[in-house]
Amino acid sequence: MTEPEVRQAVLDIIERIAPDEELGDINDAEPIREQVDLDSMDFLDIVMELRKIYGVEVPEEDYVELSTLERSVAYLSPRMQDKELAAKV
Amino acid sequence: MNEDFDTLIIGAGMSGLAAGIRLAYFGQRVLLVERHSIIGGLNSFYRLRGRDHDVGLHAVTNYVPKGTKGKPLTKLLRQLRISWDELDLCPQLVSSVAFPGRRLRFSNDFSLFHEEVAREFPHQADDFAKLVTLIRDHDELDLSQKATSARAVIGDVLSDPTLIDMLFCPLCYYGSALEHDMDWNQFVIMFKSIFFEGFARPRRGVRHIIKLLSQRFKKNGGILRTKCGVERLDVKDGRVASVTLDNGDVVNAERILSSAGLAETLRLCGKEPTGDDEQPGQISFMESISVLDRLPSDLGHDETITFFCSSDRFNYRVPEGLSDPTSGVICSPNNYAYDEPLDEGIMRVTTQARFDRWDAMEEPGYVAAKHACYEASLDEVVKFVPDFRPNVVDVDIFTPRTIKKFTGHDNGAVYGAPHKRLDGRTHLENLFLCGTDQGFLGIVGAVLSGISMANLHLLKS
Repeated sequence: MTEPEVRQAVLDIIERIAPDEELGDINDAEPIREQVDLDSMDFLDIVMELRKIYGVEVPEEDYVELSTLERSVAYLSPRMQDKELAAKV
Repeated sequence: MNEDFDTLIIGAGMSGLAAGIRLAYFGQRVLLVERHSIIGGLNSFYRLRGRDHDVGLHAVTNYVPKGTKGKPLTKLLRQLRISWDELDLCPQLVSSVAFPGRRLRFSNDFSLFHEEVAREFPHQADDFAKLVTLIRDHDELDLSQKATSARAVIGDVLSDPTLIDMLFCPLCYYGSALEHDMDWNQFVIMFKSIFFEGFARPRRGVRHIIKLLSQRFKKNGGILRTKCGVERLDVKDGRVASVTLDNGDVVNAERILSSAGLAETLRLCGKEPTGDDEQPGQISFMESISVLDRLPSDLGHDETITFFCSSDRFNYRVPEGLSDPTSGVICSPNNYAYDEPLDEGIMRVTTQARFDRWDAMEEPGYVAAKHACYEASLDEVVKFVPDFRPNVVDVDIFTPRTIKKFTGHDNGAVYGAPHKRLDGRTHLENLFLCGTDQGFLGIVGAVLSGISMANLHLLKS
């Protein structure tokens, strides 16, 4: 998976969790939770979806790496390079 | 036959179904067992003489319009990956709390209730505004808090005993396991769910919700078995080692989530619930469902739910006799904003009832007593709503004994044990509780109970 695909994978997961949120004009450098209405339960679901769909484990001490889209892509890209972008549901 | 699962869930009510959806969605092998042929538990349905009836659900509480952020209904839909539209909720028309000479109407817009309190109790208007702020600022989702008397908290803010009773009446009926009082946290949950948020109902009633949840559970890969009770939990070295079903089959599961109730679950482990904090609840109800020859609106009745009390003081406690007709809940499932009206008019009346008196009765006295209590309740009810008695074409009545039979809960307790286990833990390391004894009540509460216990204990890697 390329970096743009990893970005898309994260956005697809957020859309799956919060289908009513507008994600079109999200700023990659700003914290996701300041732009999208996600509570702590929703945020944990991002981690769980990463495990479910891509088999990627994000330990609790690394949750901060998922705070922005930019950081998520940097953190996840090496861990997801062998994976294919999953189809949207 | 020997089978292995990650999680076995006891009871296919709202909480067990919700937990199952989460666990199966994230890849667990989940077995959900239900002793009865029909699922839903306290919120279920049946068919009688050609008509579909609901049990439990008068209204889905916590209703907020589509797109509202950060509310319990929105949270649970996200957690279950169910879209708002799939619930098919239609909002209520208007409801009220009716006491002798007093009526506080409320709707899904809180300002109506606030105005009504200020109109009926002008001397309490400022204090009521303070109470509203106190409730708004309370974090009811904090699982670490200690039980506090709501009567004590309210008594510090309000002084008019009738106003206090008029607040407690709907909140107790929709979610208190305690006599006379409520836990303050539970009071806040119920106040927000009824007054800040509101009532709605799918046109097809509770069937629609149960079908939606069970289909989602199965679609996610969960296995649901009905007519499949748990005979016992086989305990070894501080954990449940295996589960023996009523039919003798043995099932192995890493973890067990039980909605059977704390005392009931302990007994499945061969442990008598002897502790003060292990006792089952006592609060139970009887309910009548009257089918009318016309719609309630044809009789001039437009209220969705009417919480009534015909005596000077509101009593919430196990009555001395079979039932206490002097307070209760009147629900007309017709009075929601449906696209097209329901086929028939229905009036449901719920009153407090005493399990042991009903349980000791034998036929045919039982049936006669049901009808006598029904007549007595309607004598009180028609003080607050139009007299629909001449229009009744069919009636069905159930009692605490019926509730016990279909839920398996001791005493037919509707809101579970007075002492809640908010963290869902038990004396065994892999056995957890959800449902009424864990502590979130009502339909939305039950679903959140299943979700939060699944997240807290069962989804950790």
